[in-house]
Amino acid sequence: MLYDALIAPFAEFAFMRRALVGAIALALSGAPIGVFLMLRRMSLTGDAMAHAILPGAAVGYLFAGLSLGAMTIGGLAAGLTVAVLAGVVSRATALREDATMAAFYLISLALGVAIVSAKGSNIDLLHVLFGSVLALDDDALILLAAISSVTLGALALLYRPLVLECVDPGFLRTVSRAGPVAHLSFLGLVVLNLVAGFHALGTLLAVGVMMVPAATARLWSADITAMIIVATLTGIASSIGGLLVSYHVGLPAGPAIILFAGAFYVASLIVGPAGGMISTLVPRRHLEA
Amino acid sequence: MRLLSKRDVFAGALAMTAMRLAAPAFAQEKLKAVASFSIIGDFVREVGGDRILLTTLVGPNGDAHVYSPSPADGAALAQAKVIFVNGLRFESWLERLVKASGASAPIVVAAAKVAPLRLEADKAHDHDHGKVAVDPHAWQSIANAKLYVAAIRDGLIAADPPGRAVYEANAAAYAARLDEVQAEVTASIARIPSARRKLITSHDAFGYFAKAYGVAFIAPKGVSTETEATAKDVARIIRQVRAEKIPAVFMENIQDRRLAEQIARETGAKIGGALFSDALSPPDGPAPTYIDLMRRNVRQIVEALAPGGA
Repeated sequence: MLYDALIAPFAEFAFMRRALVGAIALALSGAPIGVFLMLRRMSLTGDAMAHAILPGAAVGYLFAGLSLGAMTIGGLAAGLTVAVLAGVVSRATALREDATMAAFYLISLALGVAIVSAKGSNIDLLHVLFGSVLALDDDALILLAAISSVTLGALALLYRPLVLECVDPGFLRTVSRAGPVAHLSFLGLVVLNLVAGFHALGTLLAVGVMMVPAATARLWSADITAMIIVATLTGIASSIGGLLVSYHVGLPAGPAIILFAGAFYVASLIVGPAGGMISTLVPRRHLEA
Repeated sequence: MRLLSKRDVFAGALAMTAMRLAAPAFAQEKLKAVASFSIIGDFVREVGGDRILLTTLVGPNGDAHVYSPSPADGAALAQAKVIFVNGLRFESWLERLVKASGASAPIVVAAAKVAPLRLEADKAHDHDHGKVAVDPHAWQSIANAKLYVAAIRDGLIAADPPGRAVYEANAAAYAARLDEVQAEVTASIARIPSARRKLITSHDAFGYFAKAYGVAFIAPKGVSTETEATAKDVARIIRQVRAEKIPAVFMENIQDRRLAEQIARETGAKIGGALFSDALSPPDGPAPTYIDLMRRNVRQIVEALAPGGA
């Protein structure tokens, strides 16, 4: 019975196993990225970057068709350009990063829509571009695994400056010049993961795999290592749960995964020990010395 | 760019009024007709011949399910003397566009005489048009195409009575060609053993073809390109391909082929070439006209399903 519900779908169908591997690869690297984004109050940056990537991928599609390489390169180019420009401009001018990011991603989006229209294609690009986790081929899986590995390696290298930038950017500036480098590399990783997510889930849902588990994790702990662990576990559990719901109930797989993560989030809002409703509203006993 | 002043707007409106007034003088020679998408456009061109000036809104390879119209389309509709659509709720965006463009031309529904196929009950609820869900892809049967041609002929005659003889002659000649293709198709399909006359395609647009020629089409998605496949659907199809030994998986010219590839990979079924469902190809492509489209689709199907190939 339990076997039929949980194991049989993956045992019987290769596409379910592929979807699981892809989604787990995405959760492994996306969750820590999401935690850092959240701690730096950049939770909505992922969304802006996803919009910036979309036109690049669309242009790649127009010139090379449904090719994994062209769409990846197009998306990376557009996303990195916007990320670097926004980072550089916010450090060199009076504008804050959120304003520059908003301006650049909108320019990128408008440029993408204009180029696509000028090519005169009526094919619904969003439909083509929204990858499906149910249709991951070998190339897409290798790409996802590679991006996940690179991200985890880079995060390990950048871990100390990133944590410092989250908690005390002023201090980091006085002791090291690694701040800007770490920041830009981190934005690069965000773009890389969004491109990965866009092959697996479609751009807009890719942001969900990053941010929803991260927000959930914050409700369970204020410690950054614990948050990363909880976010990763939530991401993996959502992937498994979402795929099973998609299989048994017949929901589209991408939204099912995010909805599953959303359910964890809502539950954590209520019962989360580190700032959930119950822990905030119910007064604790004073600690007595 | 500067903002438009009130005077500019007034001058623009005057100029447009002048153009409207001048338009009939140019239109005397050729009848201005608009067709909603490429296949209807091909029929209208065959029947109308030289007497009409045709604008087709959704061109080759375009997806008419999810088309977003341009201002030029509105202008074409406003100037049209007759508008041809498929009907059966295929072009859901057109009704609003016609209203918005202020077009006064009669709308001819090409599929008016077709006996519509209802969608299967389990698919009907996916289809968000509500009410009775019918399959709009009626042109996939040549018998229906002849009904389309008759409706288009009558529409053209009503809009341009002096051209009656021309339209009737063109329509009769085209119908005769359709009869020839019909005979070819039937003969080709007959070469496939009946147990092998089934295939998977990623777009459920071949209900009429299936009924007319006895080939079973099994689709991984609902009838509209707007719905996303679920793991349940994909699993069901893979089981079905394995259980019924379906020999081939087909892709379609405007649909995501990654899903069909996944199913083929998992079942060992053969991957067929692209079938044209909702749109013609550009003039230099494999299916620039309706007749080419039907011939090509049948050739692809026979190649994949007949035991020794075509």
